[in-house]
Amino acid sequence: MAVANSSQYLEAYADRFADLSEKSDSWLKQQRTEALAQFSATGFPKARDEEWRYTQLSALDKTLFLPAQQSASIAVDVEWLKNYQLADAWSIVLVDGFFSAELSVLDGLPAGFVVSSLTQALAEPASAALLTDKLNQAVNFDENGFVAFNSAYFADGVWVYIPAKQVLAKPIQIVHVATQSAVAINTRTVIVVSEQSEVQLIETFVGLEGAYVSVAVAEVFVGQNADVTLYKVQVESEKALHFGGTYVKQARDARFRHDNFALGGLLARSDVHTDLDQASECELNGLYLGVKRQHIDNHTCINHLKPHGISRELYKGVLDDKARGVFQGRVVVAEDAQKTDSQMNNRNLLLSNDAEADTKPQLEIYADDVKCGHGVTVGQLDEKSIFYLQSRCVDEETARNMLTFAFANEMVDKVKIKSLHDVILGQVLMRFPQEGIYKEWL
Amino acid sequence: MLSIKNLHVSVGDKPILKGINLEIKPGEIHAIMGPNGSGKSTLSHILSGKSGYTVTDGSATYQGKDLLDMAPEIRAREGVFLAFQYPVEIPGVSNVYLLKAALNSIRKHHGQSEVDAMDFLTLVKGKVRLLDMDEKFLYRAVNEGFSGGEKKRNEILQMAILEPKLCILDETDSGLDIDALKIVSEGVNSLRSPDRSFVMVTHYQRLLDYIKPDFVHVLAHGQIVKSGGPELALELEEKGYSWLEDAEASA
Repeated sequence: MAVANSSQYLEAYADRFADLSEKSDSWLKQQRTEALAQFSATGFPKARDEEWRYTQLSALDKTLFLPAQQSASIAVDVEWLKNYQLADAWSIVLVDGFFSAELSVLDGLPAGFVVSSLTQALAEPASAALLTDKLNQAVNFDENGFVAFNSAYFADGVWVYIPAKQVLAKPIQIVHVATQSAVAINTRTVIVVSEQSEVQLIETFVGLEGAYVSVAVAEVFVGQNADVTLYKVQVESEKALHFGGTYVKQARDARFRHDNFALGGLLARSDVHTDLDQASECELNGLYLGVKRQHIDNHTCINHLKPHGISRELYKGVLDDKARGVFQGRVVVAEDAQKTDSQMNNRNLLLSNDAEADTKPQLEIYADDVKCGHGVTVGQLDEKSIFYLQSRCVDEETARNMLTFAFANEMVDKVKIKSLHDVILGQVLMRFPQEGIYKEWL
Repeated sequence: MLSIKNLHVSVGDKPILKGINLEIKPGEIHAIMGPNGSGKSTLSHILSGKSGYTVTDGSATYQGKDLLDMAPEIRAREGVFLAFQYPVEIPGVSNVYLLKAALNSIRKHHGQSEVDAMDFLTLVKGKVRLLDMDEKFLYRAVNEGFSGGEKKRNEILQMAILEPKLCILDETDSGLDIDALKIVSEGVNSLRSPDRSFVMVTHYQRLLDYIKPDFVHVLAHGQIVKSGGPELALELEEKGYSWLEDAEASA
């Protein structure tokens, strides 16, 4: 039964909006007002929207998620957080969407590099000047209701600025920690990587036991001939809802890689959109694991706007119990984007009769001299492989576990940062039967 | 070692093996030859436990135990090894991982402790050299992207490490060039011992030029129509299979 709708959200968030408007410079106030108008008009997405037809949003109607408040004291166990926060990275931590200086580790960041709270950055003239050109420039408020909601109400977030011609020795990790229940955590991340720089970033979403909703929008600007790898590790709490959008603008010759691990949450949706300029390249990888009643939704959109772009995409899903996985992958090749080379793949492994995978690759090609392909599979474990392993002394159950793990591990193995690889491996192993799988042999 | 008595096997309603009798003693090498469709592969599959076959009559006894009653992995742990005609590619599982899992399963089955990591690597690397393989193979996914020859060599490597009692080689020579055939044959010959037996299923004589069998059996229409020594294989090469099939038809 619908007890909450967008007008109730508007009402419940009126004070928050007034407060945020008051603190915003006029340009940002204007943007928030426009976003609010958009959200008032459309509310959250509906099942009748083609891009949302597989996503069940009834949970948002059942509970009115109030705006998360900044906690006076930090309710985060530092030892527990170490399971997710990498020791060999610079890290910025947001607790319930608000910057935590105590938990962040930013010492020794080289001069010229900025990793800071978005609110603090907006309050400083130098970074605010940079942000006016970037904030809200990679998103459209009419993209969907969550983008409008986030743009109107984000209270804090992260600002990352990498100057030109730099290679950063360590990755930068953004850790989102949720500690409250029945709240909406709205964060905005803006990442600018200037020309010819190379950087690895990690976004980690983790929560305590609560039923909260995380609405996280990231805007990434990859400068000319720059190289950005962004890992997303979504291990939200079992009851959480996650709506994450990553919107990327790639300049000429820019390289962008996104590795998306969607493991947590009851309902988790991730959108990754990237616009490619001339001769830019993108690689989108994804792994989604669903158990119990999890619903994991991944949407990608690769826009080839100019000639000679290259895109590679591989999303793999493993679905057990009554879990449902959705992959909607769109590749658009504009009329001007001749010589585009694009390949999209989605592979799903179903481990139970009640699990479901919906996959929808879409190619829209307006240029005539391109190389584009896509492939999708939905299937079960290969019986020939099981027999082969059995004939090598492995019992059937272990063989099934080994093959399931191997299917998922292809994506884990792509992770180049050892400490992050180990965190993700642990999370993947935790979610599946691992009888007979020996982590120490891997 | 292995005693097959009056073995009848069907796939669905279709009888494939129609009364096979075979006695294999420790240390012996038996070649099973025959034309396509004679039931050769079915015989190697039924001995290794592949599903999809129904035994309608007869028995196969391995070291005094009912072989057909055992799950495939139990047969493997008891020492039955099938070298596949088409080894399966297993992306995401490294060769060395599978070897370790297999070896430890055998040890556990016999009440032994897990193999020591250093001893294991020494053992594996020694066998890799024996088969003239690159150590990098160990860390690659099982058979993934391997050439035909590399896959077969990998089968023999597994055999060398797991030290089975009864080795079933299913069309091991298919898809091999002459150099690969020599290496694979040398590997097999190095594993010959008085307490290890081999069943080689093959269509062609050429494998038998390198691995000399003690006995040759000709399979046709699901039955062994002729048995003899190595000279039988030469006779087959010269005359083909038709004279035996004709003989059977008129019998």
